[in-house]
Amino acid sequence: MTTATVAQLRKTALNGVHRRLGAKMVDFGGWDMPVEYPAGFNGKPGGLINEHIAVRTRVGLFDVSHMGDIQLRGPGSLDAVQHISMNDASKLATNQAHYSALLYPQGTFVDDVIVHKLGENDYLLVINAGTREKDVNWVRQNTRDFKCHVMDVGDHYTQLAIQGPKAIDLLQRLTNADLSKVKNYWFTFGTVCKLRDTMIARTGYTAEDGFEIYVPSDEKTSEEVWKQVMEAGKEFGILPCGLGARNTLRLEGKMALYGHEISDTITVLEADLGRYCKFDKPNDFVGKAALLKQKEKGIDRILVGLEMIDRGIARDEYKVLDESGQPIGYVTSGSPAPFLKKNIALAYVPPKFSEIGAKVKVEIRGQGVAAQVVPTPFYKRPKRSQ
Amino acid sequence: MGYPTDRKYTKEHEWIKPDGGSATIGITDHAQQALGDIVFVELPKVGTDVNVGKTFGSVESVKAVSDLFAPASGKVTAINEELTTASEKINSDAHGSWMIKIALANPGELNNLMSAADYDKYVAEEAGK
Repeated sequence: MTTATVAQLRKTALNGVHRRLGAKMVDFGGWDMPVEYPAGFNGKPGGLINEHIAVRTRVGLFDVSHMGDIQLRGPGSLDAVQHISMNDASKLATNQAHYSALLYPQGTFVDDVIVHKLGENDYLLVINAGTREKDVNWVRQNTRDFKCHVMDVGDHYTQLAIQGPKAIDLLQRLTNADLSKVKNYWFTFGTVCKLRDTMIARTGYTAEDGFEIYVPSDEKTSEEVWKQVMEAGKEFGILPCGLGARNTLRLEGKMALYGHEISDTITVLEADLGRYCKFDKPNDFVGKAALLKQKEKGIDRILVGLEMIDRGIARDEYKVLDESGQPIGYVTSGSPAPFLKKNIALAYVPPKFSEIGAKVKVEIRGQGVAAQVVPTPFYKRPKRSQ
Repeated sequence: MGYPTDRKYTKEHEWIKPDGGSATIGITDHAQQALGDIVFVELPKVGTDVNVGKTFGSVESVKAVSDLFAPASGKVTAINEELTTASEKINSDAHGSWMIKIALANPGELNNLMSAADYDKYVAEEAGK
């Protein structure tokens, strides 16, 4: 690594907080981000595994300000959103959000997004960090024919994810909004840490219950909110969590990561995300024709979940082999699963190998190590009465 | 930090502790810190020959795979089986967690390695880069 690239890394408003907490920092999509906090917090030991377990059993706090945000406003904004994304945004009520994706004409991914309906003629797309510029340019280019204004508002917000079964109890201490009324994938506006009209969404990337809040991105405000959340979190055993735990948590929940399960060469149907693709919505959308064609023709590969049977850890880009040792596909994400205590992976294989229980091998340092196709998501959070 | 002075160190962050004609080998505290939570160790079989500077196994954290390089040549006479089921011991006590024991083929090879003080300086320089 050269000093020149370090200087070019972007920093969130909480960079100083992460460094003071002793976080191990990493370049993620051009951002200087915490990967884990080995020192832990308030006497609780940290590190990736502890952070992962904290989110599954208690609560964790993530700085996800590197995520981008695009706002579309104006009388043509719904039509614009319908044109550029695969889910049916006309079904959204104000204060509701859903998972969707921006597609190329070939049905492959520009990015996956969460679409929030802020109001009539007002939508917010939350997009990935590594694809921010590309996404903004693509959205601008593909919405020119619509009466709407496209704004890149990614730098306006510090985005904090408070995740885990205790997230609701913790955040409720800091806000006047009644969080029990906010359903999964809905959001509200309330006073948080004395900041009025703060957006509070019941969303996340951990396959756990939790909230994401959007606060002004100046350093002073951002640090104050982080501090108050951590302070209020002490009694719940909170840990600051880095991108390492974020990755293993989302993998257990089979949530796609751009550049891994989804990319500009992988289609929606291959990624097994067809349920979010609404072919019957009123508007045409970019990628629809190609996907309908592929649907008719069939796919050559599909994303499956693997669990290692023999000793070994599948890693990103490792080859998947059939039982005779012939290459049939590749791993998109592979890791030990800290909560499930298994070695798991997501991989592309031909459909005939996609049945639950199908036996395959993963090539690890030249050796074929036995694995099998298992149901996904690997982890599903227990139902709780609300 | 004070690295134990009873052994030598490599630039790849292994330590080797000689004991007569044999030696035990492990990774340094600095290495375990850099790796994070260690979840998997792959070690050679007893009787295998390891060669100085060449890979003899691997160690994996949740996030990463890292090769292990032999600080010296020799025949493996024992492996620390405990680490295959309790690899987290390397995180809690890297300098006490030996991985393999070898019969040294050429004890003179250890003269090419760093002392504790040199290694300490080397780690500090690496961090400053």
